[in-house]
Amino acid sequence: MNRTFGGPAIYLDRSDINTDEIIPARYLTEVTKDALKPYLLEDLTLDGFDPQGEVLQQAAVIVTRKNFGCGSSREHAPWALEVNGIYTVIAEGYARIFRQNMFNCGMLAIELPAADIDRLFALQQQGAVVIEVDLANQRLTAKGAGPEQSFAFPLTPFDKALVEAGGWVEFADARY
Amino acid sequence: MGQTIAEKIFAAHLRDEPFDGTYVLDLDRVLCHEITTPVAIADLQWREKDRVFDRTKIKAVIDHVTPAKDSKTAIQGKMLRDWAGRHDIPDFFDVGQNGVCHVLFPEKGFIRPGYTVIMGDSHTCTHGAFGAFAAGVGTTDLEVGILKGVCAFRKPASILVNISGQLQDQVVSKDVILHIIHQLGVNGATDRVIEFRGPVVDAMSMDARMTLTNMAIEAGGTSGICLPDQVTVDYLWPFISKEYASKEAALTDFSKWHSDADAEYDRILDIDVTDLAPQVTYDYKPDCVKSAREMQNATVDQIYIGTCTNGRLEDLQQAAAILKGRTLAPGVRGILSPASPKIFREAMEQGIIATFMDAGFCVTNPTCGACLGMSNGVLAPGEACAATSNRNFQGRMGKGGMVYLMSPATAAASGIKGVVTDPRDL
Repeated sequence: MNRTFGGPAIYLDRSDINTDEIIPARYLTEVTKDALKPYLLEDLTLDGFDPQGEVLQQAAVIVTRKNFGCGSSREHAPWALEVNGIYTVIAEGYARIFRQNMFNCGMLAIELPAADIDRLFALQQQGAVVIEVDLANQRLTAKGAGPEQSFAFPLTPFDKALVEAGGWVEFADARY
Repeated sequence: MGQTIAEKIFAAHLRDEPFDGTYVLDLDRVLCHEITTPVAIADLQWREKDRVFDRTKIKAVIDHVTPAKDSKTAIQGKMLRDWAGRHDIPDFFDVGQNGVCHVLFPEKGFIRPGYTVIMGDSHTCTHGAFGAFAAGVGTTDLEVGILKGVCAFRKPASILVNISGQLQDQVVSKDVILHIIHQLGVNGATDRVIEFRGPVVDAMSMDARMTLTNMAIEAGGTSGICLPDQVTVDYLWPFISKEYASKEAALTDFSKWHSDADAEYDRILDIDVTDLAPQVTYDYKPDCVKSAREMQNATVDQIYIGTCTNGRLEDLQQAAAILKGRTLAPGVRGILSPASPKIFREAMEQGIIATFMDAGFCVTNPTCGACLGMSNGVLAPGEACAATSNRNFQGRMGKGGMVYLMSPATAAASGIKGVVTDPRDL
């Protein structure tokens, strides 16, 4: 799958953002991914965050803190990101199911140490940040008002294989 | 080096290790409900792979919104119903026979020690009470499970939680698990299996154990798990009596899954519950837990008793014992949803339903419903609910609503007083 990772970032400065906040249960009655598009992060209340705002509309990357995507297993959460063009999340940590769902959809859930996440947040203090993702070399570059910053990120061989295959269905169907 | 129960189950089910540390397991059960399965079905159809790996290992139920509340939920139900029909899945449960998945499937004897179980539902960890490895997954994992009968996991590191001491009157497994989540934190068990052991677990019924394992995910756990013992054998006996010569033989067989004495754990947590009081959550995370007495100024508008955490017969009995001869405080709405038709019927036969109705409760059919704010008791902004469910996320039971998680007895006591109440203070 030829998917471009990276782009303008939106910052969500809180740990434990759960999948009910990413996509509320009242929208789980939808049976297509596209129908979720208007409702991404609708119930998230966070200082300075507007679910209908331009920053979210233009975002291709989410930068956040610990345990992102906790709670319900609903894959509607990564789908709501996907249909809004957000294929990359960068966090200090994830709930297991959400992380697996991201890679299963051929998307990136990048985990960085707390110090690197702090540096990414500091950069945003000076203005908008665009993040470039170099998947082959497992590096991301954050470009903002200050000097650009580069970070190495870990991926397991399985994570990488899923992203390259375009997801778990493709991988599993070819192998099992 | 010895193995944990989770490691033994992994070893027995290993299909493939495509990369170091990635374990692809053969599945004994792929469980399906109408919220997360239809998208998988539609995707399989789109791929022209509308097949199932083994129709007898797949179990399906309509439980989240049932009977359907609108056209969209009717379509979801129909998609699951039609799919189960065309693949001739023998165990599909529709209106009249349906109940909350994590209550209904164990009750039917579908879960056995040593099994691998997945479902597109985070509370699938419940089934670990039987000594199974049971994990909630997303729709893509579910889809591959349906098609290929496999699922991938990382190496199963375990946290051992040893529970000892003597539970006080009106303190039950819900209070114990809320206390454990408070200790571990909402991500304290991420990528870990929580193995619940100790004399307090040994003394628990299967109903009580399922309440423990149900909430493993609220600490981030991949699965909760209990070691199968005589209680497990007794519960499963109606379903396994033809497979084993005696209960002793079944117990011996199940014991092969027990963690070895020299098994390695990521962390060991020793908990003495002797001084534990009834517990209640505050704020919007399930690790925000205080005693009911510390929370007694919190007013409640609604009481919700049911769900995959606490909608079983024992839960209803505990709440009914508090409600007997009492009524809900003026202005408080009570909702009871027995979690399966069998529980509903037994509760009727035991007079429990009458006790709830005499207290002023509305009794609904088995459904997930209000727990996730989908139907049957959604909150208005500013309202608070004393709930026996498992999540108190902001807006979980309705936008702007507050959820206090607690045991059935504490919920019943809170309904009588109209404020959060320790059942021992009535």
